Amino acid sequence: MSREKGWKEIAPAGVCSKSSVGFMTGDWKTYTPIRDLEKCTLCLACVMFCPDGAIRFRPDLGRIEIDYSFCKGCGICANECPTKAIKMSLEQE
Amino acid sequence: MAEASKQERIALNGDEAVAYAAKQSDVDVVAAYPITPQTIIVEKFSEYVANGEVQTAFVCTESEHSALAACLAASATGARAFTASASAGLALMHEMLFVTSGCRAPVVMAVANRALSAPLNIHGDQSDSMAERDSGWIQIYVENAQEAYDSIIQAFRIAEDANVSLPIIIGLDGFTLSHTLENLDVLSDDAAARFVGTRQLPNVLTHEGKSVPFKLDPENPMTMGPIALTNYYFEFKRQQEEAMKNALEVIQKVHAEYAELTGRSYGDGLIEQYHLEDAEIAVVCVGSTSGTLKTIVDSLRQEGVKAGLLRLRAFRPLPVEALRSALRNVKVLAVMDKSMSFGGDGGAVYHEVRHVLYDAETHPVIVNYIYGLGGRDYSPRELHQVYEDLLQISKSGHVEKQVSYLGLRE
Repeated sequence: MSREKGWKEIAPAGVCSKSSVGFMTGDWKTYTPIRDLEKCTLCLACVMFCPDGAIRFRPDLGRIEIDYSFCKGCGICANECPTKAIKMSLEQE
Repeated sequence: MAEASKQERIALNGDEAVAYAAKQSDVDVVAAYPITPQTIIVEKFSEYVANGEVQTAFVCTESEHSALAACLAASATGARAFTASASAGLALMHEMLFVTSGCRAPVVMAVANRALSAPLNIHGDQSDSMAERDSGWIQIYVENAQEAYDSIIQAFRIAEDANVSLPIIIGLDGFTLSHTLENLDVLSDDAAARFVGTRQLPNVLTHEGKSVPFKLDPENPMTMGPIALTNYYFEFKRQQEEAMKNALEVIQKVHAEYAELTGRSYGDGLIEQYHLEDAEIAVVCVGSTSGTLKTIVDSLRQEGVKAGLLRLRAFRPLPVEALRSALRNVKVLAVMDKSMSFGGDGGAVYHEVRHVLYDAETHPVIVNYIYGLGGRDYSPRELHQVYEDLLQISKSGHVEKQVSYLGLRE
């Protein structure tokens, strides 16, 4: 792990020193969204509603993929899914 | 000293003087919400906008919180932003004051100092900006409309200095200054514009590892002030403290340069001393009260009393060394506070002046006067009595009341 910098070494005003891609916010979650591909109609409502952009449609695979590195487990996808194809689970993915 | 720039004498009240200075300072964005006794500032400025006299985007917001948020956003893009407020308006900005200073946005704000509710009171005291003491803004208080004009022009240079990059409040006493007509000398538009110049942006390292000007720019994306938790927040706050320390020198430097241009100066820009060299009794005040106190010092001096005055112009950053060296030989000192720190055993200015003198080899006996709350008038007779009290303490060596209330009915 790299040494954290002192106050003289960092940019002012909290300017980000690295891209948000480097901050794995997925470990914040308590509940984990689990897909049920049988029920999924590929309406992609979950993709649109995810506030973190953590759900993507993969045309090559013909299905949605959840990026658990960034999913914070808010449950909006499960709530919005019209076919109840996503359920929130206390279990780890 | 080089010959001062040619100036024009015009009659303006304090608020108009502030608006006139802002007009000459090439401001890109003004976002504001009206509140007495500041309203004239933005009212006058909106006239300049309507008449096409300035190239400024004027944003009418739904609240002071939004006004400052808009100024911060404008400033973050590299624009020059100005606003004005007072009392409840400044209090509503409270959250954004910290965000603005934390984002190191050099927004300039005039505060026409006014009492805070309740009970509701529109008149002048300094409770509003004193309550924002720790918000990370530079605070300079002025004595008259002339100084209000001069200080606004200087404010942009101070705030935008690469070693400072902090927002600044210029405080002028509500009504006493904001609504009182005064003859003052103003620079030509050209001379003022040359002095203020264009905003200089320091370079910062972004998340892409590029060194770019410190502004929001789609070509060079950066994120300002998003989140810093236990691992970095403290470091950013320490940077702000350093910027405040740097401001001490920058305030003096800009003030001296302006004095060269106009022939006008206010002490060293941080404190103004009046007959303090050999003073045995002295008063410290903030704001317009010093005008009256100077005439009292004059009359006491004629009577052979070694009386002096110190006006604290910069309250943040606190000019610790300057205060200590100016006051250490005074025997008895009164500090005047036009605001209260309830339960704090005296006012904020008193606390800080006492703090500064604690480490001096010799220091005066120090007492505190709370005065002028809610615009309560303070007559020359009452202010004269303060010096009489100090003489009495000097003779008896005995302090009867550490904290007194001037002009309060028992």
